Amino acid sequence: MNAVPLFVAIPLGAAFLIPLFGLWWKKSGEVLATLSTLVLAVMAISSIGAPAVTHHMGGWAPPVGIALVSDGLAILLLIAVNVIGFLCLVYSLKYMQVYSGLPKYYSLFMLMVAGMNGVVVSGDLFNLYVFLEIASIASYALVAFGVEADELEAGFKYLVLGSVASVMILFAVGTVYAVTGTLNMADAAREISTRFGGPEMNPALLLAAALFLMGFSLKAALVPFHAWLPDAHPSAPAPISAMLSGVVIKSLGVYAICRVFFHVFGFMPGVTSSVILANIMIWFSVLSIVFGGLLAVGQWDLKRLLAYSSVGQIGYVMLGIGVGARVLATGGPRSLAGLAILGGLFHLLNHAAFKSLLFLASGAIQQATGTRDMKQMGGLKERMPITAMTTNIAALSIAGVPPFAGFWSKLIIIFAAVKAGLLVVSFIAIAMAFVTLVYYVKLQREVLFGTVRGAVENAREVPALMYVPLIILAIFCVGFGLLYPVLGYRILEPARDALLNGAEYIKLVLG
Amino acid sequence: MKGMTLIVKTISDFVVAFIVVFGAYIVLYGHLTPGGGFSGGVIIACAFILLMLAHGKDVAFSKLSERAAHILDSAGAIAFLVIGWIGVVGGFFFLNVFGRGEQFRLLSSGMILPANIAIAFKVGSSLFLVFSALAIFRRRSFRSMIEDELP
Repeated sequence: MNAVPLFVAIPLGAAFLIPLFGLWWKKSGEVLATLSTLVLAVMAISSIGAPAVTHHMGGWAPPVGIALVSDGLAILLLIAVNVIGFLCLVYSLKYMQVYSGLPKYYSLFMLMVAGMNGVVVSGDLFNLYVFLEIASIASYALVAFGVEADELEAGFKYLVLGSVASVMILFAVGTVYAVTGTLNMADAAREISTRFGGPEMNPALLLAAALFLMGFSLKAALVPFHAWLPDAHPSAPAPISAMLSGVVIKSLGVYAICRVFFHVFGFMPGVTSSVILANIMIWFSVLSIVFGGLLAVGQWDLKRLLAYSSVGQIGYVMLGIGVGARVLATGGPRSLAGLAILGGLFHLLNHAAFKSLLFLASGAIQQATGTRDMKQMGGLKERMPITAMTTNIAALSIAGVPPFAGFWSKLIIIFAAVKAGLLVVSFIAIAMAFVTLVYYVKLQREVLFGTVRGAVENAREVPALMYVPLIILAIFCVGFGLLYPVLGYRILEPARDALLNGAEYIKLVLG
Repeated sequence: MKGMTLIVKTISDFVVAFIVVFGAYIVLYGHLTPGGGFSGGVIIACAFILLMLAHGKDVAFSKLSERAAHILDSAGAIAFLVIGWIGVVGGFFFLNVFGRGEQFRLLSSGMILPANIAIAFKVGSSLFLVFSALAIFRRRSFRSMIEDELP
């Protein structure tokens, strides 16, 4: 037996043991959640470079049974989810002490991790939907965990919009099942390519594709489906904001788009709808880059600025994926499509590192100064040197300053867009990279540097349990850029190859 | 007097036992007839919800306390996961390693019956907890919420 089901079984077991033990043992959440996330993180890191495997639940081979699949793309996401999850959990140990009902918090946290791991390893469309709901419902509750009026409002808004997305996805799953007669992704892909190949896509499948794109885009918070994110991400406790922006929108949104569109529907040259879908992806991502960036400039609430920045950066991730899809659909060179997808996936990994760092740091700043208003801050470098320096590294990385990791991933994406002939799109992406720099310079100027003023006067550095995760994430921000040759070869290229070769996936699952 | 009228109380006391027995039947015969852990658990939870509606929450909690419901809730989920783990003995998660037994008998089809019972505990106690949370929730009018916001 391989270890793939453990990625779901361990966090699910912890999620239900914590409230049970929590009735007698107050520290159950802290101990069990730390242990299980540590085990998951170690398992995820040790699966680097492992060959692609499938696990047949209950011994039933697909397409009859449910398969859990761990290929290059899944391993990339498993590493992001579980490593960031562990660091956010370590940070929570100290940060969450001011809240009550902690066993519930840790239980929901583990449910969210179980849902995300489930989405990533699921080889079955309906199971993907079920795990997506587990992760989403846990995150609705976690956004409202503070139970203040504005947190409940943000949680409710997230719940309503998230449910709309879930209904779309469920409807699309049903449509695919009605047309192909199977829910297994590999089997559905084989049915679609053999029975419904040709220049025109089956209209029912086209409807399913549109619904999938809309539902997953809402989960990924791409403009025009981003309205919930700027409320939900700032309202959540800081470690949850870091999880939501760092990994939830990627595993539920971007990963699901990649898996469903590249593997189930496939981007074939000579199919008109493939080109249209790829173009829609590029439009959504350009809109996200533009609106996320421009709206972030005007924000004075620290966490809200970071939330709008997430909308913009997820646009860059999707731009890489979308350009790759367009090159495949128009019959361009596969190496160019691979380059664009590699850039998108690299930016996904980088964004997981620096955005979770920034949200964790914003929580540390909020706890030390008692405010999120950037107008009341200044000179944080003097009072909280470690938080300020790590924030600075993440800001430089996300703004695309060489040699930090964010520069290289944006460079690859823009380079691929130019090579694919999308000159206007690449011009917008470059211009908005400067806007990203503008609002992170604003963050540096107003919060980190300058004279000590306002709420920062009495601030003190946060305890070690909170700044050690920040330091580790800052090392990632630098290391991903400098160690690209190792990282790229071991993690990113297997993920890119998994996305490019849909036939390999079918062979892996169906044997 | 808490709860509803004497007529409602008498009738609900009378039918509660039948509802629980019917729910247990749905759970136990889930692998042979339509139904299963989820629907049976919902029916059993309905019996307790009926008690709560008729007699008020104190009587319902004296039959099944909130703490006990929490324990059953988590224990049911863990039991289901443990059943999944037992399959690992045979090499696959959720592999049906128990004996299948004779077809159409109560004790047959291996781990489907224990899995149904675990789901029934989980679903029944969660549904009861959801309803009791709604019952405990103190109603706060919209007007008072607006007045709080005003300076």
